Formats: sequence, structure tokens, C-alpha cells
Amino acid sequence: MSAMLWWLLFTPLVGAIVCGALHFAALRAGHGSLDQGRGGHDRHAGGAARALAGRVACAAIAVALGLSLWACLRLARGGETLVLESSTWHWIAAGSFTVDLSLVVDRLSSVMLLVITGVGFLIHVYSLGYMAHDPGYARFFAYLNLFVFAMLALVLSSSLLGLFVGWEGVGLCSYLLIGFWYEKGWPAEAAQKAFVVNRVGDACFLVGSFLLLRLFGTLDLSEIAGANFHLLGARSGEIALAALLLFGGACGKSAQFPLFTWLPDAMAGPTPVSALIHAATMVTAGVYLVLRLNPLFAAVPAVLFVIGCVGALTALIGASSALLQNDIKKVLAYSTISQLGYMFLGLSAGAWSAALFHLVTHAFFKGLLFLGSGSVIHGLSDEQDMRKMGGLKRAMPRTFLTFVAGAAALSGLPLLSGFFSKDEILARNFALGGFHLTLWGVGVATAALTAFYTWRMVALTFFGAERFDRAHVHPHESPALMTVPLVILALLSVLGGLLNLPHVLPGAGLLQHWLEPVTRAGDELLRREVEHGHVAALTEWLLLGFGAALALFFAQRGFHGYTQGPARDQALERGQPKLASFLAGAWQFDKSYHARIVLPLRAAAETLSAGFDRRGIDAAVDGAGTLARALGQHLRALADGQVKHYALWMGMGAALLSLTWVLG
Amino acid sequence: MNVPTDHLLALSAILFALGVLGFLVRKNVIIVLASIELMLNAANLSFLAASRHWSQTTLAGQGDPSAGPIFAIFVILVAAAEAAVGLALVIALYRLKQTVALDGMAELRG
Repeated sequence: MSAMLWWLLFTPLVGAIVCGALHFAALRAGHGSLDQGRGGHDRHAGGAARALAGRVACAAIAVALGLSLWACLRLARGGETLVLESSTWHWIAAGSFTVDLSLVVDRLSSVMLLVITGVGFLIHVYSLGYMAHDPGYARFFAYLNLFVFAMLALVLSSSLLGLFVGWEGVGLCSYLLIGFWYEKGWPAEAAQKAFVVNRVGDACFLVGSFLLLRLFGTLDLSEIAGANFHLLGARSGEIALAALLLFGGACGKSAQFPLFTWLPDAMAGPTPVSALIHAATMVTAGVYLVLRLNPLFAAVPAVLFVIGCVGALTALIGASSALLQNDIKKVLAYSTISQLGYMFLGLSAGAWSAALFHLVTHAFFKGLLFLGSGSVIHGLSDEQDMRKMGGLKRAMPRTFLTFVAGAAALSGLPLLSGFFSKDEILARNFALGGFHLTLWGVGVATAALTAFYTWRMVALTFFGAERFDRAHVHPHESPALMTVPLVILALLSVLGGLLNLPHVLPGAGLLQHWLEPVTRAGDELLRREVEHGHVAALTEWLLLGFGAALALFFAQRGFHGYTQGPARDQALERGQPKLASFLAGAWQFDKSYHARIVLPLRAAAETLSAGFDRRGIDAAVDGAGTLARALGQHLRALADGQVKHYALWMGMGAALLSLTWVLG
Repeated sequence: MNVPTDHLLALSAILFALGVLGFLVRKNVIIVLASIELMLNAANLSFLAASRHWSQTTLAGQGDPSAGPIFAIFVILVAAAEAAVGLALVIALYRLKQTVALDGMAELRG
């Protein structure tokens, strides 16, 4: 049984290695070289190795999905404290510091497993169609499988160090896949930006883990989560610092303020990558981290407060920045940032299951929306600008219907998955009162903005006049390989709400009950701070109704404002150019980072390079060489080729040696 | 007649110094080689003197009196080999330079 978990982890890695080998085989056979360029629907860029790679990758994820389902079924049949654990690997033993690594599936990681392998599998299948004409087909699947491997390592690991390995692994794969079309230039830059910005968060993560190691003497996640935090009262400052630093890591990976700027640029990668990594799985790693260590965070309310502020601010920045984006993927990217902020908003209120619920539904509907946008981009021959779309609902009916389902779920239209998950987070913040009421207000404003920009996107893409060049662009529906995953994800987006219905409805709180063994410790710690977690039934109904009305109203506003094209945006740009550029530029964070951090750092680096490196270090190295050469120049006079002189030197040396011997 | 060890060592030193002097001041390669022979034989003399010295004094029995003569024989052997190689070099040198004077030879100048 324990071996099964290792199989679950390593099957995608094997898939990645096989795909990598196939990539090189395809290269040798002459397929997949860069000079073939991208696209070209008529050209059959084939090769048996290429075709095999896609199948191998999908099969590897299918195996992982099967094993995940198996693990979940076992968990469901066992008692609520049942945890599947693999054999232990004694990874590091250095003095008193030891790291034992094993794979653990508990109720939290089982949900993550299903999201990663389930949504991952659908996206793999979709990629078979989406990437069919790409010369880097096998390479793409190798990276994608490697990513799933790293993500599974992140989720399955029993130790914070193992989690960190997965954490860095997904970061690496994210880098590789953002820069997948590196030959175009700007994707490579976007990949570097993502990597460098994440480094800030990862440094925080590392320092936080060191602190935890000092505090608890172990990096084992269950031991840290199970620690008695009351006994550590005297060291609450250190605990708070450790929790804050770990949250800093989560900020980087989950694109939270102030480290969110990499995510919109990450859209340079292929669209399935955006769906899998930058919407469904990797960016939720930060949420998973907080959930995994929920007692640690619950023990320090001040950090929860910070998380709430960051989450609310991020949600607002993301949603307002999405309002005026013209690139369909950028809208979705800012939306993702905003929804991740929602998840942290939920965590800050101690609504652990609500955050996970939103994570799951978000994986469904945002994955769907990204894949749908990919289908649109594919159908329009790589056009991403919504100003050059419009009226696509006739040419792409299946993409249109599924996209609308995703948009409805994202905007929180009643009874869809996003409606329930968003409501749960907002209701918990509302119930806590006090400062959380402010956070609730921000959340509500964000929900309104979300509904607006989502339906603006739908209207611009699928309704109104066709604004693309009909002579050159012939929109067409995508192949079944791409639309079938869309349909499945659309069903999940619509029905996902059943996972965790609000407590006023029958069959409520499935996910909450499922998660209870994991979150109990955190809940108990929090209950000291807050007495009430749930709102009364009437308030809950009112909140649900309010949320529904708000979403419907703003969705309608967004939709009708843009069915005739982007004229409204142009009017705003003319009327209030400052506001328009502020919103379109994501509150100008990128610009100010560039001016305040990038440029000063570059200037400092140049000063150091010219002053210290060239004049200091280089001069020292050159000086050593010059000195040796000059010395040699003088010493060479000794070796004048005259045997007698050599003999004289020898004799003098011998005489000197005997003298020292006699005298000494 | 028993010559004291001191005298023998002094003679050895004088012979060695003459060898060094000859090596350093003479031009002719053959004389230089002969000077080397002189130095080697000065060393031989001191070996034998020391050997005799250790076999006569109160320290007799502690050292091996045969070690000195064996070393002397060994040195003679090396000297013979050295002379053979050295004279061969002289012939090669003469063929190359038409002279056996050392002064003009500085082929290995650095």
C-alpha cells in the first residue's frame, strides 16, 4: 500500500523523462526544430515520437489520477483520522538534524490530489489538441508532466523541506513553461520575471522554515501542526515571525500583494499552462501551505490579520485591474490574482474549508475559462486582443456555451459553484464582525467588479460585431480533444457548489466535514478569539440573496455595456485618461517597481561592477599576474646558460646549508 | 705510521676545494670533468677516513666499518659512469661547436 503512494508521485516523473527522451528523438529525426516556426494548420508536423509523447504524458497523469481516486476512496472508507502514509526515507542525517521524508495523504491533500490530477488530466488532454501543431510538442509534455510531479511532491510531502522541494520544482516548471516560446523574446523575459519575483517569496519561506526548525526542532508538518502552541506562549513573537515569513513565501507563489506582478506576465506561456499552473494548481500552493499549517497561523491572530489585509487588497487590485484589460488572458490573469486574494481572505477569517472550497471551484471555472480562451485564441489563429474579436458565438458554439458557464461561475451567479464558495468566504468574514466587516466590504466590492469584468469579457469576445479581419482570419470551432475537457470542466463549474453548500441548505458542508480532522486544531485555537463562526439562518439567506442580486446586477451592467464593442473603454480613456491608465496598468505597480527597485538595483550593480569588480577584484587578479611576470623577468638573469654559474649557485647553496647546519 | 683522522679530513677538504676551484675557473671541458673526479675522490677519502675512525675508537662496534669502503666503491662506480657520459658529451659538443671551451656555451640561457 505504501508503495502505491510512491507510484502516484513518480509516474508523472517517468512520463516526463520518457517525453524528454522522445523530444530528443524527434529532434534527431528532424522534427521539432525551432526553424520550422510555429503553427501552420496544413502542414503535418508529425513524427511517431511526437505523437507518442502526448499519449505517454496523458497516460502518466491518468495513472496518477487513478491512484489519487484510489487513495481518496480508502480515506473515505476509513475513519476520519485515517492517514495514508508511505514508507519513510531517511533523507538527511547530520548530527542532531534529521529529515525523514514520507508521502502522506490525509483529507486535505486528498482534495488537492484530485484537483491536481483531475484538472491536470483534462488539461493534458486539451493540450493534445492545442499544441498539435507546435514544434516543441514533446518538450511541452515533458515539462507539463514534470510540473505535475513537482506539484504532487509539494502536496504529498510529510516534511516542510520536502514541500519546499516541490515548491521550487513547480517554480522551475513554471519558469520553463512561461518561457516555452523563448525564441520570441518576451516570453523568456516574463519567465525570468516570474522566477526572480518568486525568489523573494521563496527566501521568506526558507527563513521561515529555519525559524520553525529552531522553535520545534523538526520540520515534520504534522508535528508542527500538532504542537501545543499554548506552551510556546513566551515565544509567540518568534512563532508570529515564522508564520509571517511563510506567508511571505505564499505571497510569492500565490501572486499576492506585493509580489503579484509576475502573474500577468506569465500569460506569455501557452494557454494550457496558464490554466494548469497559473490558475488551478501552482498558484494555490500558498493557500495549501496555510491550510496545512493552520494551527500555526491560528495561534497568531496578528498574522491572520495581515493575511486578511493582503488578501483583501490583492482581491481589489486584481479585480479593478481586470476591468480595462484588452488581452483576454490578462483579464483572466488579474481575475486569478483577485480570486486568490479571496482565498486568503477566507483563511484570515479561519474559514479553512471555505478557502479550500473556493480553491477547488476556482480550479474548475478558472481552468475552464483559460482553456476556453485558449480555444478562442486557437480558433482565431493566435489572436488574444478582445478588441479584435466579437461575435464568436456563432462560429464557436461549444466554446461559447462552456465559456459562459465558467463566466457565470466566476462572477458568482446564483446556484453555480463560484456563488457558493464566494458566499461562504464573505459570510464568515461578515459573521466575525469588527475589522472583518471591512474585509467583507472589500470582498463585496470585489465581487461586484468581478461580475462586471467577467461579463465584459464574454460580451467583447462572443457578442456584437465581428471585429477581426474576415479576409485573413476564419474562426472555427476547436477539435473534440479540446472541447470535451471544456464540457467536463463546465459541468464541474456548474455543479461544484454541491461540494459545500451553505448551512441553511440540505446536504450542506460536505467539504467542511471532510476537512474537519485537519482543521480542528486551528478551529480550537481560533475559538479563543472568536465565539461565533456561523451567521444565523436569516442572515445567511439575506447574504445569499444580496450576493446573488449584486452579481446579477453587475453582470448585466458589464454585459450590456460591451455588446457593441469596446467603445465604453475608449470613452473612459478620453474622459479620464489618468484613471484608465492607472487601472489598465494594475495600479502602476510594475512601473513603480521598475523605477524604485529595478533601476536603482541596476545602477548599484553597474557601480559595483565598474568600481569594485573591475577596479578591485580584477585589478588584484591582474596585479598578481603582473607581479609574477615582473619577478620572472628579473629572475631569468640567474639562468644565463653558463654551467659554471649554475655550479657556483649550487656551491653557495650547499655552503649556506652546511653553515646553518654547523651553526644551528 | 698512523695518520690522524684530522689530517685525512683536512686533505680531503683541500682536494675538494681544489676540485671546486678547477670547476669554476677552467674553460676546458676536459679539465672541468677532471675537477669533478677530484671532488668525488675527495669525498671518497673522507668516507674511508671516517670508516677507519669509527673502527678504531671506543665507538667501535656500534657503526659498520664496512659501510665507508662500500660507499667509496659505489662512488668510483658512479664516477666511471659519469666519465663515460661526460666524455661522450664532450665529443658531441666538439662536433657541434668545434671547440671544448665552456665560455661560449650558453644554449640554455633563460
